[in-house]
Amino acid sequence: MSDASTPAASLRLSGTDHEKNSKTVFGFWVYIMTDCVLFASLFATYAVLHHNIFGGPSGQTLFSLPNVLTETLILLTSSFTCGLGILAARANHKNKVLFWFLITFLLGIAFLSLELTEFRHLVITGNSWRRSGFLSAFFTLVGTHGLHISIGLLWLVVLLGKIFSGGLSKNNLRQLTLFSIFWHFLDIIWIFIFTIVYLMGSLGK
Amino acid sequence: MSNEHDSVVVKHEDNEGSLRSYVTGFLLSIALTLCAYLMVVHRVSTNDWVIAAIIGLALIQFLVQMFYFLHLGKETKPRWKLFVLIFMITIVLILVFGSIWIMNNLNHRMTPEQINTYLNNQGGGF
Repeated sequence: MSDASTPAASLRLSGTDHEKNSKTVFGFWVYIMTDCVLFASLFATYAVLHHNIFGGPSGQTLFSLPNVLTETLILLTSSFTCGLGILAARANHKNKVLFWFLITFLLGIAFLSLELTEFRHLVITGNSWRRSGFLSAFFTLVGTHGLHISIGLLWLVVLLGKIFSGGLSKNNLRQLTLFSIFWHFLDIIWIFIFTIVYLMGSLGK
Repeated sequence: MSNEHDSVVVKHEDNEGSLRSYVTGFLLSIALTLCAYLMVVHRVSTNDWVIAAIIGLALIQFLVQMFYFLHLGKETKPRWKLFVLIFMITIVLILVFGSIWIMNNLNHRMTPEQINTYLNNQGGGF
């Protein structure tokens, strides 16, 4: 640290810093992959149970596709604005970072409230997770995704607070990078929920 | 010295996306989502074909987002992220298709008709 003023030393320093960063990113990537296995087991449960409607309604009668399409587009846009936020962070524009991640946060809130509205409607009309094996699997799978989104939003609030008060420090930048990986990954999981649960469900398969 | 410098520069590029890559990924994802949605709403073909098509579209969108949002293709060697990803996909395929296979097999063997046939063949000894 003390001889960081000479070009060679500072170069070496930034090299090891970067190495440390890419190790952190790689470790986080491995966590994401294990999370994928968690989701895969829930998808498998859903695939096995989705015919077991126990005399209750099937996905064909329950799902409202326009509503789900809105959720999908909202989440996709938030994934995009998250990417724009990362670009702004690399360019060191603090205000732009705050702007784009605030948009990401608001879109995430919009997604979550649409999802909770759907859940609430299902429970009120008597189709909660207790109704059938299909609905148990549905609530567990989609609910776990929603839980990830909620945790992501909580993380984002804390990060935005830290950036607002402390600026774009190295630590905050690394956290932002990890958050963006997490957020893109949740969008990718949602593609499969959208296709397998909602689209295929409304086809009656 | 120059070698070290090169490696630092290359490493620095591998996590970085450009505005163009995010916009491309975003537009492609929207197009793929709408395509799948419209195919289902308008029932463009028989159910089996539509299902095959939307699963195909989902897989394409998975690759699009992996490439344009998570910049997977830009990783430098050794590609550890890619290895972990491939390992994860292997586990996921075993988990999902294994479960579906086993449970379908079980359902198939446990239908009431099958049990009756089995019992009759045994001479009703149970």
